[in-house]
Amino acid sequence: MSEKNNSTIGQRFKKRFVKELPFHLMLLPAVIIVLVFKYIPLVGLTIAFQDYSPLFGFFDQEWCGLENFQYIFTLSTFPRVIYNTLFIAVMKIAAGIIVPVTVALLLNEVGRVAYKRTLQTIIYLPHFISWVALAGIFLDVLSMDGIVNNLLASIGLDRIYFLGDENVFPYTMVVTDTWKTFGWNTIVYLAAITGISPTLYEAASLDGAGRFRQIIHVAIPSILPIVLLMTVLSIGNVLRAGFDQIFNLYSPLVYSTGDIIDTFVYRMGILGAQFGPATAVGLFQSAVSFVLIMVGYWAADRLAGYRVF
Amino acid sequence: MKPTKGQKIFRVFNYIFLGALGLVCLLPMLNILALSFSSRNMVNSGTVTLLPKEFTLSSYAYMLQKSGLIPALLVTVKRLFIGVPLYLALTILVAYPLSKESDQFKSRKFYVAFFFITMVFNGGIIPTYLVIKELKMLDTIWALLLPNSVTMFYVLLMLNFFRGIPKEIEEAALVDGAGWFTTMVKVYLPLSLPSLATVTLFIIVGNWNEWFDGMIYNNHTENYPLMTFLQYHVLNFKTSDLRPEQIAANPALADLEGRAIKSAGIILCTLPVLAFYPFLQKYFVTGITVGSVKS
Repeated sequence: MSEKNNSTIGQRFKKRFVKELPFHLMLLPAVIIVLVFKYIPLVGLTIAFQDYSPLFGFFDQEWCGLENFQYIFTLSTFPRVIYNTLFIAVMKIAAGIIVPVTVALLLNEVGRVAYKRTLQTIIYLPHFISWVALAGIFLDVLSMDGIVNNLLASIGLDRIYFLGDENVFPYTMVVTDTWKTFGWNTIVYLAAITGISPTLYEAASLDGAGRFRQIIHVAIPSILPIVLLMTVLSIGNVLRAGFDQIFNLYSPLVYSTGDIIDTFVYRMGILGAQFGPATAVGLFQSAVSFVLIMVGYWAADRLAGYRVF
Repeated sequence: MKPTKGQKIFRVFNYIFLGALGLVCLLPMLNILALSFSSRNMVNSGTVTLLPKEFTLSSYAYMLQKSGLIPALLVTVKRLFIGVPLYLALTILVAYPLSKESDQFKSRKFYVAFFFITMVFNGGIIPTYLVIKELKMLDTIWALLLPNSVTMFYVLLMLNFFRGIPKEIEEAALVDGAGWFTTMVKVYLPLSLPSLATVTLFIIVGNWNEWFDGMIYNNHTENYPLMTFLQYHVLNFKTSDLRPEQIAANPALADLEGRAIKSAGIILCTLPVLAFYPFLQKYFVTGITVGSVKS
């Protein structure tokens, strides 16, 4: 009896597998690639608990428990690096929501289609430029004799050492990052604003609300859910302050305020060949980020019914 | 309804404010463009703003002939020729099965979990580097192509677009005896052109702009792709790096100050991707809004 039952389950499983075989075959190449390049490195995170030496193979390393973690948490620079990362990332997240939402609301008020289109084309443009090229551009225009400082000097202000003054550097990072991303980020909000039903505006208009009050009472409440959604989804980024940007713009002059976890890991691991401690920092960052991303997804699901897949 | 006076004033200020914002986006790039066409004297004098002064092409001549930019460009072109079809195929092949409901594809949940984990947890640069090294992929194009060839952002974009296609069309094809693979190729893909265009654009821009992998996975600088070349050679260029015989062979080089050369390098390395993006704008705006905002 049970044997017969087993075979039908087996047959059913086989039948299902055959029926779904095309799906499995479609997914196979990607599964192999992800296993090799994403899952094996996860196993490689065990380096964080090893006294890793590049001279030996992966399986011949000496285990050292939590020594690497103890080491990094006693480094005098490490708390500073964490603080810099949080400071820059949180400011970027805030500006990355406020500026695009505002610009999207203002763009929606532009009646001339050609003007609106041209503006959109221009403000999306920086999104397509690599941080390497942008760093080259900012290193020049923000230098002491660059166009921005020439402009400041011409109206009688002091020149600012945007990339070399440790008190200014974090703000330069936030402003230049916002410059690159705000236009692109308006797309989502513009789509939400365009999706607002015209009857809501008409109703407000009949109640005597002018254009400005329509923005306050119709447009802003209508896009609030998506703004909230984008905010909770960005929680996972608070330990990622932007390696590409900072690596290409910072210098030892501004390590005290500009060195972030990713640049710290790079210098320690790739340049300094301290694989164990660097991987430990990376694991710490990944673990905290993982919790934050999950909190973000959970909140997005609760607030807006958002599902990743 | 006639606009009130307050509305008119708001409108004027809004047009001016947004115009200024557009200028802020363009000015740094226009300044670099002007510097790249200006002579050394003018660049040094600090008077070049938005138009070139003492127009010259010598910075471009140097970048194109002497700097090694062309070999780096060829690496990037090779990367795109293999990368675009590869990334696109993998994206579609993951997105299509996962766009099915669980009753059509019972193992869907397992695969979703499998890919989702890579979105929320990653091994970081050092373990990934060691894997590439153990696979003997250092200094090959595969180190640049394979690790990120399955990008979940692209997959989700395609997947959401596939879901927006009416089920009836698929059912008709299945009733006619078409298999899943045929349905995907003959029914879904022709209906997904906006998404395919968007993802293709992202793949091109992503591969064109990526520089870090080129830096850490190549021991030999001649294998650098374009952006890594820009990062390594151009941003660090100084006239004093030129060898005396280079200057003797081409006296104009001595007149080149670093800033002009760097500017020419930046323009040459970014213009190709910027040149065709406005034509695709119509597609990617549809593609990204359908893909990221679900009703």
